[in-house]
Amino acid sequence: MSGANDPYDPKQVAALSAEALEAAVSAATEAFAAAADLEALAAVRPAHLGDRAPVLLARRELGALPPAARSDAGKRVNAARTAVTDAHAARLTELEAERDVRVLAEERVDVTLPWDRTPLGARHPLTTLTERIADVFVGMGYEVAEGPELEAEWLNFDALNTGPDHPARSLADTFFVAPEDSGLVLRTHTSPVQARTMLERRPPIYVVAPGRVYRTDELDATHTPVFHQVEGLAVDRGLTMAHLRGTLDHLARQLFGGDALTRWRPHFFPFTEPSAEFDVWFPEHRDGPRWVEWGGCGMVNPRVLTACGIDPEEFTGFAFGMGIERALQFRSGVGDMRDIVEGDVRFTSAFGVQA
Amino acid sequence: MKLPVSWLSEYVDIPAGTTAEELDAAFVGLGLEVEEVHRPPETTGPLVVGRVREIEELTSFKKPIRYCQVDVGEAEPRGIVCGARNFAVDDLVAVALPGAVLPGDFAIAARRTYDHVSDGMICSVRELGIGEDHAGILVLGSGGDGPAPGTPAAGLLGLDDVVFDLEVTPDRGYAMSLRGIARDLAGALGVAWRDPAALSPPVWSGEPGWVVEVADPARCDRFSMVAMERLNPTASSPWELRRRLAQCGIRSISLAVDVTNYVMFELGQPMHAFDRDTLTGPITVRRAAAGERLTTLDGVVRTLTDDDLLIADGSGPIGLAGVMGGATTEIGNGTSSVLLEAAHWEPTGISRAVRRHKLPSEAAKRFERGTDPDVTVVALARAAALLAEHGGARVVGGPVDLDVRGPRPVISMDAGLPGRIAGVAYSPGQVADVLRAIGATVESDGDRLAVTPPSWRGDLTDPADLVEEVVRYVGFDEIPSVLPTAPPGRGLTERQRRRRSIGRALADAGYVEAPSYPFIGAAVLDDLGVPEDDDRRTLTLLRNPLSEEQPALRTTLLPGLLATLARNLARGQRDLAVFEHGVVFPGGAGAQAPVPGVDRRPDDDVLATLLGAVPPQPWHVGVVLTGHREPRGWWGPGRPAGWADAVQAARVVATASGVALTVRAGERAPWHPGRCAELVVTVDGADRVIGYAGELHPRVCAALEVPARTCAMELDADALPPAPVPVGPHVSSFPPVHMDAALLVPAEQPEAAVRAALVAGAGQLLEDLRLFDVYTGPPVPEGQRSLAYAFTFRAPDRTLTGEEARAAFEGAVSAAATATAAVLRG
Repeated sequence: MSGANDPYDPKQVAALSAEALEAAVSAATEAFAAAADLEALAAVRPAHLGDRAPVLLARRELGALPPAARSDAGKRVNAARTAVTDAHAARLTELEAERDVRVLAEERVDVTLPWDRTPLGARHPLTTLTERIADVFVGMGYEVAEGPELEAEWLNFDALNTGPDHPARSLADTFFVAPEDSGLVLRTHTSPVQARTMLERRPPIYVVAPGRVYRTDELDATHTPVFHQVEGLAVDRGLTMAHLRGTLDHLARQLFGGDALTRWRPHFFPFTEPSAEFDVWFPEHRDGPRWVEWGGCGMVNPRVLTACGIDPEEFTGFAFGMGIERALQFRSGVGDMRDIVEGDVRFTSAFGVQA
Repeated sequence: MKLPVSWLSEYVDIPAGTTAEELDAAFVGLGLEVEEVHRPPETTGPLVVGRVREIEELTSFKKPIRYCQVDVGEAEPRGIVCGARNFAVDDLVAVALPGAVLPGDFAIAARRTYDHVSDGMICSVRELGIGEDHAGILVLGSGGDGPAPGTPAAGLLGLDDVVFDLEVTPDRGYAMSLRGIARDLAGALGVAWRDPAALSPPVWSGEPGWVVEVADPARCDRFSMVAMERLNPTASSPWELRRRLAQCGIRSISLAVDVTNYVMFELGQPMHAFDRDTLTGPITVRRAAAGERLTTLDGVVRTLTDDDLLIADGSGPIGLAGVMGGATTEIGNGTSSVLLEAAHWEPTGISRAVRRHKLPSEAAKRFERGTDPDVTVVALARAAALLAEHGGARVVGGPVDLDVRGPRPVISMDAGLPGRIAGVAYSPGQVADVLRAIGATVESDGDRLAVTPPSWRGDLTDPADLVEEVVRYVGFDEIPSVLPTAPPGRGLTERQRRRRSIGRALADAGYVEAPSYPFIGAAVLDDLGVPEDDDRRTLTLLRNPLSEEQPALRTTLLPGLLATLARNLARGQRDLAVFEHGVVFPGGAGAQAPVPGVDRRPDDDVLATLLGAVPPQPWHVGVVLTGHREPRGWWGPGRPAGWADAVQAARVVATASGVALTVRAGERAPWHPGRCAELVVTVDGADRVIGYAGELHPRVCAALEVPARTCAMELDADALPPAPVPVGPHVSSFPPVHMDAALLVPAEQPEAAVRAALVAGAGQLLEDLRLFDVYTGPPVPEGQRSLAYAFTFRAPDRTLTGEEARAAFEGAVSAAATATAAVLRG
């Protein structure tokens, strides 16, 4: 390379000669034209447009020329460079177009091939349905309360106005824990969570208690000894059965569509008075729109409030509960309880991970 | 409680044209759940009452056959062949004439049989589809009375009747009778009704029919009896009575027993009839002595406890009070002298006896719900009248009536309470009207009502009970729908969010959730090779397990998970990865949970003892997997599940929980001793083992019949420490320097130790370190392995020079050399 101050005669700068530039341009044009594909074009590009390419080396020599000669030579160099660049671009466009019609077509794959290399897991629909119900209530400001499955008998029964001689306490329904005086049972409902909440906190109380519960039924198509409930409890000033109905209607609409609503039938539960069972109108039932039995509800029995240290003169409460298995059965058209409890992956996988 | 509408309409003016569906809705609205609506199967064509005029015995056949002349209201009797022998001349029978079609498409035609033309058929109960009895034909009556021959028989047979089967809740004893349901239904339909108990017993004079003492008045506050004699022992119950009992699901036994059952359904007062001739000495109502025995009517010898209440005479126990009579004083074929008993028993004592002896009799079902103590004598009078009418019996002596009832409690209630609870504006007058309609006495003093519930409503004790009556009577449909406004909540707790994250993460990682029953037995712990002194052997036992093989609550999730795995394998699955999360129940001698009163909140110390007696139940997460973790496919052969997948599952759980997990070699049943990872977290600066993962021991796989090399992980999710608030890293935009190193490391050095040394030695510039190869075999010397790592170095504030990166790299290798004797491969 020559320095700017070297007293070179411009004619001695051969790289800047018109002939040399023309030769470089035609060499480049021929090389580009000879490139059969994009890879070949990319391979020859450095020789003609890279840092060491003739047209670029020529440009560096311009500084050695006297100012008078520089302008003329500069124009020649630029023209040559533009010609090479254009030739490259033209060939590139040509080859890309060719690739698009030929090569990409040859590279066609069958995009319908499966790629389930990573197996899909699934959450159990009891879990996801429970969460969905809980979320409806969390959205209303409720908190999710929990309690132990192995529970004090007093909390499972006595505190809920179910005295020692109540039929529900018989060995026929409840799993009792040894020894006989342990005072422990497997909870028969999630209601002891309500009792725990009321014993722990002052109103206003708005909680929903999902969980696993136990009754001594043998497993068959409609019964399971281990099942799931969601119960709700609200204790506040001035709560009425109208508020209970509004709450259940709201839940029904969230789970079963905007046309869902509830219907009540008088019933008996020791821990609520008045008590009702409620049905839900389910327009999308697979056997056609119909009323479906869903759960129980009522106003918290003042005796329960008293046992939990809440003044029934000052506060009223409502409570409700429903079986998740039952809701899953009619919401998802599950005919046989055993499919829900046996852990067959074919059943659960059908529900995926949807929440 | 089964309820024929024809019987009900004797007391209620059910409007003509009321459909079964309308009655159904009315019952449901009253809180009487309709379990079933029975209709007899259809019969068409002529079915009439006939009177047998002549019987000709045909004896020339293999079995005796009768050829009868039966008056069916026509000019001449019809000749009918019949194989039954339980009827006599002048009996009334049901005759299906030619053209009739009985249930089961049984068409009746005149046909020749046994050398005679049979011009119709005399029917049995089973042929009519109204019962199972086929021992003989149905005799509707004997002697001169009864409907005229030729009368259509459908009504008499109950063929056009509808029977409702109602579920009566435990609080509504009164609804276990025609009387109680009639009152409620009349109210619901707004029609008149007649109370079958509104009869005045005749004045029986003389000495009481028997000497009776009630030794336990707390559990028997009224005990009434009447003695009768001259009962015709051969008298049978009239057809209508038998039919009604059959419709109610009660078998006909004898006139005396049928009458007591009939009155029980009519008035709700269970009764008992003793054979008076078998009684000796005075009757005592008393507690049993522990160990005393009684043979009940069902032939079972019952050993009694001192909580059992007895009716006893000089011979000892003759009845389990309110539940079932004794065999020794049972009405027999020759009984002509009876002693009728009607009493009022304290309900919870009856409940206890029912449960103790597993004897849910019709009587006990009523007594444990509570009966009307006012009607004992009324019921005796009604039964005595029926026995007089149909059996010729007559009362002897005066009645026994030991009545120690106190005054009925008065409930004071604010008239506005029902409206405040329901959210409906009931007027005070409406409230009082409803309470009067259910039979209560109501006195109002301004806003306060003094309500005396009727004698048959022992369940009404609190204002809340009266509120329910008002709401129920006016109708639940009146209650509007109003959404309450809860105060702002906290959302889900950390623990709740974490459980959801764990479940989702495992599902995303390919595991299928499979909740299982938490019941286990010692055998599965043996199969798992759990040592004798292991904590998991300390079990919580159930007193009444469903299966004697699984009497305990799980202390580990693995038995359930492995059973789920085995079940899926048995159903033909091969590649399985399942998970469960839920509580386990560590056993151990717990404190006894106290049982405080319920009249107020328990004292704080009692409550603390109570809550403390409930053992902790930690939340565990477990996975098991077998077969292919990645399936074979057009991409290749797939990858079998291995110990590393199980360990990775633990890492997934830890990551989902935002907690750092350390893995180190461990040893614990049921894992393979050389392929078991111990899962460690740091809690308050100290290491804590929270679980294990790896491949199962070959013997465990064999014992549980799951494939060899089945893998498992279980950890205690509640032992995971709280996740720290994540700190956002500074993300450098300067270029990285990538370098690789292969290290020769003594084989006994865990990779985690090498990695730890590399990370420590590399310093701050190390951005990422990835193990990309593990190699043993030539040319790596025996006893060593080659670990190949890819380093990424990067500075936060500048472009890293080669020299800086090289220095950090050398620092890493040198630290590994010091800590683990690692040597950089040439």
